[in-house]
Formats: sequence, C-alpha cells, structure tokens
Amino acid sequence: MVDVIIIGGGVVGCAVARELSRYSLNIALLEKTDDISNGQSKANTAIIHGGYDAHPGTQKAKFNVLGNKMYDQICEELDVPHKWNTSLVVSFSPEDHESLEALKRQGIENGVPGLSIIGQDELRKREPNIGSTAYEALLVTNGGIVCPYELTEAFAENAAMNGVNFYREAEVTAIEKEKDGWKVISKAGTFTAKAVVNCAGLYSDVINNMVSEDKITIVPRRGEYYIVDKKFCDAFHASIFQLPTKMGKGILVTPTVDGTILIGPTAEDIDDKTDTRTTPEGLAKVLKFASLTWEHIPARNYITTFSGLRAHCDRNEFVLGEAPDAPMFFNAAGVESPGLTSSPAIAVYLADRITDKLGAKKKDDFNPIRKGIPKFREMTDEERAMAISINPDYAKVVCRCETVTEAEIREAIRRPVGARSVDGIKRRTRAGMGRCQAGFCTPRTLEILCEELHISPLEVTKFGGNSKYLDSYLFEKGDHEDA
Amino acid sequence: MRNVDILIIGGGPAGLAAAVSAYEAGARNILILEREENLGGILKQCIHNGFGLHTFKEELTGPEYAQRYIDKVLEYGIPSQCDTMVINITPDKVVTAVSRGAGLEHFKAKSIILAMGCRERPRGSLATPGWRCSGIYTAGTAQKFTNLKGLMPGRRVLILGSGDIGLIMARRMTFLGAKVLACVELMPFSAGLKRNIVQCLDDYGIPLLLSHTVVDIAGRERLEGVTVAKVDPKTLKPIPGTEEYYECDTLLLSVGLIPENELSTMAGVKISPATNGAEVNENLQTSVDGIFSCGNVLHVHDLVDFVSEESAKAGVNAYKYVQGQLAEDEETLEVVNGFGVSGAVPQHISKKLDEPITIMFRPRGVYKDAKVCIDVGDVQAAEKKSRILTPGEMVTLKFTPEYLRKNANADKITVRVEAQQS
Repeated sequence: MVDVIIIGGGVVGCAVARELSRYSLNIALLEKTDDISNGQSKANTAIIHGGYDAHPGTQKAKFNVLGNKMYDQICEELDVPHKWNTSLVVSFSPEDHESLEALKRQGIENGVPGLSIIGQDELRKREPNIGSTAYEALLVTNGGIVCPYELTEAFAENAAMNGVNFYREAEVTAIEKEKDGWKVISKAGTFTAKAVVNCAGLYSDVINNMVSEDKITIVPRRGEYYIVDKKFCDAFHASIFQLPTKMGKGILVTPTVDGTILIGPTAEDIDDKTDTRTTPEGLAKVLKFASLTWEHIPARNYITTFSGLRAHCDRNEFVLGEAPDAPMFFNAAGVESPGLTSSPAIAVYLADRITDKLGAKKKDDFNPIRKGIPKFREMTDEERAMAISINPDYAKVVCRCETVTEAEIREAIRRPVGARSVDGIKRRTRAGMGRCQAGFCTPRTLEILCEELHISPLEVTKFGGNSKYLDSYLFEKGDHEDA
Repeated sequence: MRNVDILIIGGGPAGLAAAVSAYEAGARNILILEREENLGGILKQCIHNGFGLHTFKEELTGPEYAQRYIDKVLEYGIPSQCDTMVINITPDKVVTAVSRGAGLEHFKAKSIILAMGCRERPRGSLATPGWRCSGIYTAGTAQKFTNLKGLMPGRRVLILGSGDIGLIMARRMTFLGAKVLACVELMPFSAGLKRNIVQCLDDYGIPLLLSHTVVDIAGRERLEGVTVAKVDPKTLKPIPGTEEYYECDTLLLSVGLIPENELSTMAGVKISPATNGAEVNENLQTSVDGIFSCGNVLHVHDLVDFVSEESAKAGVNAYKYVQGQLAEDEETLEVVNGFGVSGAVPQHISKKLDEPITIMFRPRGVYKDAKVCIDVGDVQAAEKKSRILTPGEMVTLKFTPEYLRKNANADKITVRVEAQQS
C-alpha cells in the first residue's frame, strides 16, 4: 500500500508530486500515456498570467495571483527558464476605455500589483509592430512567459529525485473504496493508497465521477495555434492580448521563452477529448483575429501549427480539494487557464490538505534543486569546450535548427522520468522544434533512442501507442547490420 | 586558433568542387569542414542515376558523382575534417567548430566559402490542417531511411509537392514494393524536372494531380489517410466539393527547399528574400568581404552539375581574393528580376566586369515559345529562345561585359521573360 496516488502527469500532477515529496510519504504517480506533459501541459499558450482576468473571489483568481508570485523561486530551484516580459491587453477603440478600466479594477481587487493603462505613444514605443488600429492598453507588469512542458518535466524530475515513483501507460480504469483508503486499478497494475489525488486534466471528470456523487463534466475546449520562426523573435516583446469584445475573447500574439512567436488560440467546445486536430476554419480564425495585433504576419515563416485542449469544467471554476462524499479523495479538476500559472499554488494547497490528514512529517533530506539538461546552444565557448572534454557527445550536433547535441538527447532519455519517444525528446531538448521540424534529425534521434532503450527502429514511436515511424527492414536484419 | 587561407564550410558537392578548383588555381592552404562522418553531402543518399551528364558526359549515381570529387580531393591532398560542426562565423572570418576529436576549435580564415546546402520545408510551414500523427516525412528523410538505413517508412504512399526529391522517391518507393497512390501538386505545373516526371511518375503509372492539395490529414497515431482537393489555379484555395480521400500510411513532402543560412547570417551576410540565399556579386562574393557562397546554400539548383560549375567559380575567386587579385567591389549594378523571373543570381554585377558571366534564375511560371532577355539599362544585352520554360528547370544565360561599356549610364540590369503565360 502506498500513501498517495496521483492520477495524471501534467503540470498539476507533477507539481503536486513534487510538493508531496517534501514529506515522508510513499507516492506513486500514474500517467495514462507514454509520457508526462502529454496533454494540456504540452499545448497551451505558455503564459504566466498576471491575475486580472478571473472574477474576484474565484479559485481561479486566488490561485492565479498566488501561483504567479511563486514562479521566481520555483524556476530558480528547478532551473526552468521564465521571463517577466509583461502582458498588454490592447483595445482597438476609444469606446473600450471603460472596459479596460474595469479590467484594471478587477485586477486590483484580485491583488494584482503594477497595473496601469497606457496610451498610443507608450504602446507604440513598447511594441512598434502593433497593429495600426491599436488604441490603448492595460499594462500588466507581472505577466510572464514560461515553457509549460519544461516546467512539468522539472517538477517530475525533482519529484522523482525525491522518491516519487512514476508509472506511465498506466491509465486508471477503476477506483474502489477500501476500508482505509482506495484501490486504484490501472493498466500498469493495481495499487492501494490512503489518499488519491485527481489531476487527470481532461479526464478529471471521469476520475471524480468514479468515486463521488458530486458529478462534474469536463468539456474539451480546443484552441488552435501557429508558431512563427525565431527570425521574428523581436517582433513583439510583451504577450499581447486583445480586449475581450462582443466578437470574442481575442487571440494572443506572444513571444515564447524559446524565441519563437506563438499565435492563438481559438476556443471551440468539442465532444471528443482526444481530438487535437487543426482545422481550416480554426487556423483561418487565428490569422484573422491575430492580424489586428500583427498586421503582417509572415506567412512564409510559420514553422508549425497545433491545437491543444483545455479542460473546461461545467462549473466554470477549478474544483480543488477533498470531494464532499469521498474522504481522502482530492480533486484538482477543471484546471484550465490560468491553470499553468496556478499550478504551483494548487500543489501547495493540496499537499497541505493531504499531509494534514495523513499526519505526514517533512523529510530532512528533501532536495528542492533540479538542474536542467545543460543546453549547448546557450553555453559560452569556454563552457562548450569544457562540456565536450567531459562528454564528446556534446560535439555532435544532431538538430541543426535548434543546435541540440547528441549528449543532450542521450541525457533526456537517461534522466529520471526520461523520454521514451521522439516527441518526448523534442519536449526535453527542443530537437526537432526548429524551422525544419525534425526533417534532418529524426533518423539520428531515432537511432539514439534505439541505442539507449535497446529497442529496434521498428518499435520507436512519435508519442507512444501506434505512432510508429517505420514499417519494416528492407533487408534481413542480420544482413543490414553487417552491411 | 588555426590559420587557413580558404576555409570551406560543407563537404557536399558544392564544397568539394570549390576545394578542387581552388587547389587547381594554386591554393594550398585549404580546409574543408564537414558535419557528417563522410564527405559527399546529400549525394550519399541519392543512389539513383542521372548525375553528371553535363560535367562528365555520363550518367552517374549520386555517390559516384561525389566520389569523382572526393578522389580529386584525396589526390591533391586537400585536408578535410569530417564529424565537425561549425557553430559560428564572425564577419572578420573567425570560425568556431566542434568535433568529437578536436573539441572546440577556432579558425582564422583569409577567405570562407559557404557551402552548407539546404533543408526541406516541413509540413508545419504549410499549415496543413489535420492530425499530427506519425507517417509524415519529407522526401529526403524517407530517402535517408530507405537508401542509407535500409528501413522502409510505409507501404501506401501519397506524395505532396512535385519537387525532384519527391518524384525520385515516388519511383524509389515503388521499387521497394510500396504502392504510390499519387503525386499532388498545388500549382498548375510541376516543380520538378520534366525528365523526372516522365521517368519517375509516368513510367510507373503514378498520377500527377496538378492544381490539387492535401486539405486534411487523418490518423490519431499513425497516418491513416489524407484528403485531397482541387484548388482554384488563381487563388490556390481548395474548391469545396472536390475532396477525395486516399487511404495511406505514409505522406511524403516535397514542397520546397530552404537554403541553410543560419551561419551566413551570423557572419553578417545579407540574405536575398527572393532566393533565401546570400546576395552575391559576379564573383559569388557575399556582402561580407572575403566570404563566398555557392551551391544550394546560395540558391536551390535543379542539377548538381550546375552546383559544381558555380562552386568551382567560387573556389577560384576565393583564391584570387586571398592573393589580392580580386578587384575591389566598387560600383555595382543591381540585377533586377523582371517579368517571369524569380531569384536571379548574382544580384550585383560590377560595372568593371571584364569576363562573361552566367546569370541563373527560375521562371515564375510555365511559358511556351519564350525568350529570356537581359537588359543593361534599357538596352538589350543578351537573349535566348526557349520552347518552354518551367519553374522546375533553371535558366542560365550568358552575359558579356561589352554592354556595360556601351551603356555606361545604365543604373540596373534586368532579367526578364518575353512570352505568353500558358
């Protein structure tokens, strides 16, 4: 029997795992897919929200503001790049002034520091490429950006370092009440635990509804995005929101911590929790609305498009804490935007409740420090020479677009909760995320996965399941290897 | 810091030809840096024949063609360092490279020849809607898997784009036992060589669907099929109601090549938006003094023979530069792309030009019974008739300097096509 089972390896699940790993507890995290950070946490807008957006008094408002304040410490401890690039909520008409003021007042009520409304001159000075009809903007100085999957990996690695056991391809199929806890039946085996934490994202309704009569419904809300080449990294500095209007919630244009520009998302409620397709309508909509912010989006410089699903709860609110009719079953359900920003605070909140009930003690040997994979592209020449002298694989650049070396790829696989697929390597190292989108590096990345995991090239997948790359050998395997 | 007279970045066909010609011109302190383990570049995986018809008057495979140059490099004793990745070039020609053997090294070069080749445009750049499943490859990646790794990507194949690598892979995949359903081209004409359309598609009954594109990609994990629709040839937008579903497990992309100019940009080399390669003068010298560019990193070629020819020129000129024999680039005329012309190279020609030079470009569309002209100012300086021009085949046109004297007041050189668009 373990003390706690966490269901879901997204940013919330991994943050909870790390918080709980401060205590003397036996913890298991069950992830449905082949990798952590494979759902909402891999495909979102990657913004550290200021906290002006949510209605005062809501959990969303509270945890947004609390979470925002935790980022400096968390990112320092976990070696995750983040940047306080500010956010701007831009209006396009003088009549919208009052709406901007209202947004500012709401922010102040939520406890957001440093809000002000800036006019044309200041706006254009800050953002020379802003659309010609941009009128004024709410300046949010505590708005920032972070890489959501890197943050998730960092939480997971640090949790694993501190003793949390991760099980992947461990979809939970049933949860049953036991005398002094829960029996969790998963595709990776059956576990019993004193406490269960539901961090299942899009499936947090399914998990909650297995044990509680307090039913919730999660609606997948799809958002489609474009990514623009790093060549345009200077086009915008702040994350540019549009003031919500009758026409819709608006579409962002924002730099990412990795130097690309992200445009999106749409918001479309759909039926299927796995439907991460992009659509002609969605992509057209992104460009149509974004062109207000960025009049000349460089069409020949998209490097990719994608879509992500938000776990929108029918209560329009995070569902956090112990379920009313299921003692020792804790929810972090319906965590949609500003979920990424809120995740560190949600984790602390839940860990406090859970450890309180379990009477858990803090460990002496918890190590809050996690170091990321050293990035060749960010090193000075001296550091590069040193890295190569220690590990010659640092001299072998596999991904040319993003300058990712073989050493980084091998380490991404060898790390705690390491990569098992080509997309897993991509998220951990950026190999394949550049302008050629893995055209050049795929064959070598695939070979390294085979070498490290002792598998055949025919078994390598893009993201688990049947997402295999190759159909067959052209020659008898022995012949091929001799050749 | 190692001192080198001529440092060549890239050991593919461009770098090899530049090295050989620089040596033959008299250069002795040459070094080729190559990121892969062997010289030869992309030719290593081009095991089909058809290379060298212009250069050697015979049909060679890619590796055979490359070997002719590698043999010369070995014969001359030109040093090359493989498994070495250049990671920086400064405008004053200090090159930083890393290798397993030597670690991080700096080279100070008198002259640099950029010969890094190009990369393929990915699906993402097309913003094709649908799932992001496995089974979608650029044609070159699939070529690498089949020809160098002995691995088969899939069994039922559709090809998007009709670039030469895509056409070659249509035939290759057929040879290897796959069913190639169709080659789908957005434009009303192919982007590949006519001979490849005939020898790779027609000979195997593979349909070429012009004015069509892929509008949806199905398959949650592995590709299951794609939806193809007709497009309006004018707007290039899909025509509703013309969709057709093709069940397949593999989609190969051959939708364009992008010169790999990250290093050029670091060195401060000015990049042409028309070619995505360096802007060069008639000596193939870039905007940075002593840095030359040639091959597919300069502009995407259709035949390797032309790469070799161009690169040989870069090699000779780099040596002249080192010897102080290359005329200072004083006053130049801009080469302007006129009607029907895209990405003419070179972009600048010295007013003091004294030898004939070749201008290369790709036609913007298909033109029948066309005439290609070069004007110095408003005086026609060269012309060449052609039964048909297509964007898949480069046009080369010689230009002699006498017209620069005849029309000394000219402010530009225009390359243009005279024809009815078909």
